Amino acid sequence: MNNLLSVENLTMKFGGLTAIDDLSFDAKNNQITSIIGPNGAGKTTVFNCLTGFYKPTNGQMFLHKEDSKISLRKYTDFKIAYVAKVARTFQNIRLFPAMSVLENLLVAQHNELMVASGYSLFGLLNLKTYRDKEQLAVEKAKYWLDIIGLTHRADDNAGDLPYGDQRKLEIVRAMCIEPRLLCLDEPAAGLNPKESAELNKLLKFIKTEKQTGILLIEHDMSVVMGISDHVVVLNYGKKIFEGTADQTKNSKEVIEAYLGVDE
Amino acid sequence: MEKKDIIQSFKDSLFTGLIALALFGPIVGLRTESKGEGLFITPQWGLVFLLVGLCILGRFLINLNSARKTEITFFSKFTSKFSVITEDKAKHFAITAILFAVVFPFLPFTDRYFMDVAIMILTYIMLGWGLNIVVGLAGLLDLGYVAFYAVGAYSYALIATTFGWSFWICLPLAGVFAAFFGILLGFPVLRLRGDYLAIVTLGFGEIIRIILINWYEVTNGPDGITGIPRPSFFGLPFKRSPDEGETSFHLFFNLEYSTMHRIIFLYYLILILALITNYFTLKIRKLPVGRAWEALREDEIACKSLGVNPTNTKLTAFAIGAMFGGFAGSFFATRQAFISPESFTFIESAIIVAIVVLGGMGSQTGVVLASIFLIGITEMFRDLEQYRMIAFGGAMVLIMVFKPKGILANRKPTILMHGDKK
Ligand SMILES: Nc1ncnc2c1ncn2[C@@H]1O[C@H](COP(=O)(O)OP(=O)(O)OP(=O)(O)O)[C@@H](O)[C@H]1O
Ligand SMILES: [Mg+2]
Repeated sequence: MNNLLSVENLTMKFGGLTAIDDLSFDAKNNQITSIIGPNGAGKTTVFNCLTGFYKPTNGQMFLHKEDSKISLRKYTDFKIAYVAKVARTFQNIRLFPAMSVLENLLVAQHNELMVASGYSLFGLLNLKTYRDKEQLAVEKAKYWLDIIGLTHRADDNAGDLPYGDQRKLEIVRAMCIEPRLLCLDEPAAGLNPKESAELNKLLKFIKTEKQTGILLIEHDMSVVMGISDHVVVLNYGKKIFEGTADQTKNSKEVIEAYLGVDE
Repeated sequence: MEKKDIIQSFKDSLFTGLIALALFGPIVGLRTESKGEGLFITPQWGLVFLLVGLCILGRFLINLNSARKTEITFFSKFTSKFSVITEDKAKHFAITAILFAVVFPFLPFTDRYFMDVAIMILTYIMLGWGLNIVVGLAGLLDLGYVAFYAVGAYSYALIATTFGWSFWICLPLAGVFAAFFGILLGFPVLRLRGDYLAIVTLGFGEIIRIILINWYEVTNGPDGITGIPRPSFFGLPFKRSPDEGETSFHLFFNLEYSTMHRIIFLYYLILILALITNYFTLKIRKLPVGRAWEALREDEIACKSLGVNPTNTKLTAFAIGAMFGGFAGSFFATRQAFISPESFTFIESAIIVAIVVLGGMGSQTGVVLASIFLIGITEMFRDLEQYRMIAFGGAMVLIMVFKPKGILANRKPTILMHGDKK
């Protein structure tokens, strides 16, 4: 299977603090790559570098296409999602709470809709080409809402949904940009066991049915061990282990990092 | 209710009275009059005691009310009923309001003064709707909106007096100029957020005003621009005796000459301009760019993560808002026939922002209600002269107390999957 993402010697310093220290790893298409580690290990910072929110102090990140590769460093800000098609969710949910569920999913399709609406001109004239495109966008939203079982709440405000549904909505919202790489920051945080089983199902569906690789930060080991194809373990910004879920479970370094060592 | 509570609230209201005394004592109680040589102080203690008494009584009643710990007080009952009416029947309300606005000039009690106030309210409604795009939808607190109003007014005045072009050519040009200034300001400042943006836009408003005062060669400085052409009714001027080879409005339609014709025409002009602003806003809110504005207001970081370009999106909001400010400015210029920097002070921006915020950010109907309420109340107390700003402040406080999110704070989704559930 082909590599989708390769991170090479990534380093991120905040003043004197090295949040990520010379980190290298790969992620593959149609696989779930989990990044785990104790609090403050630098997991979210890796995401922020990948998705253009931080500019890494050092190192390279490449996204592979069929036979070319693009450097994510070149894209900052909104271009990561727009051009490189890397989508993410946030550790603290970031929906548009006062907008409806459907609107949330339409904002994710903003760029296509903007072109379809002739940068608002066709839309103001209410041309059929635009209305058709908008209908397609609504259908795409409905497709994803059906999958997470929220179609009946499409017209309610996103902020009024229960916590677990908000998490799922944020994930499918990211999927609406048709990403090549989906980065999920602790999607199972705060979910009850039933909800986290549903989440597992959703992630497996995305992994197998869509041309998408998933990067997953997670503390909930039932999620990590249940669905990861590959696990990268960070501690103090350094990679201390890399392997399959089973290998990780039995690794001495990982257990030490989590539980501490007897002096 | 317990006796203790009553004593407590009585003490509290006496304290309120004390504060009121300290405030009203010098402001209202000591009135200076100039008689012949120098100023003399005339005390007005009766009025002071009346006001202080009112404050004590009011505070006591509020205390009694809250001591009962019932949520439903008279006012909130009243206002919630009010908003239910307008929420459920928003469409009916809008149609009724527009019909009323259309027949208003011909109602029996409508006189010159009412018309002037109505034109003023409509101007503020239009400005409110324009600013609503920036503040209400895109969530960018712009405290210098009056700058675009000024740019519109001055572009109109300068173009019209220099080239003698008609209102209908100058109007769009003024809009374009204002939009251009919107973009010019937008580029450097839209990276800023919240309070910082507010401060910079406030500064921009003042800069424009100061340029208007000092750039004497072009703007004629503090003396302002006079002789701005009045609008004509499709080429028919509103004049008693038209120039050689011209027909004026009243002659063409065989009417008795009346200055009211022009006033009525101006009224309809601003009504149409305002309705265009409203129609445009309602339309664009449902387009991708409108949804992106609201999404930016909700969460800019999430927007970036979805590939929405925040700078461009904000710029369009700024430019479009500025454009409508420019249109309103042209109207102002042609109505007054005279403009000077005096008309574009910070207080104007503050009033427009107040209208948008008090109306309920993003609510079009709210802007109408807030304009009528704020401008209407301020006008009603015109006899109080300088104290009428107190009425303005009072009206603001009333809304904030009883409707902290604005008069109409509900938002309808721009698109529905399941249609209207009713
Ligand atoms: N913008 C920033 N400025 C300064 N320090 C930062 C910044 N962002 C992160 N850090 C620091 O970098 C380190 C790693 O933080 P990060 O948020 O990546 O941890 P994490 O692995 O996601 O932890 P958690 O499991 O708690 O979410 C922490 O010590 C944090 O304080
Ligand atoms: Mg984190």
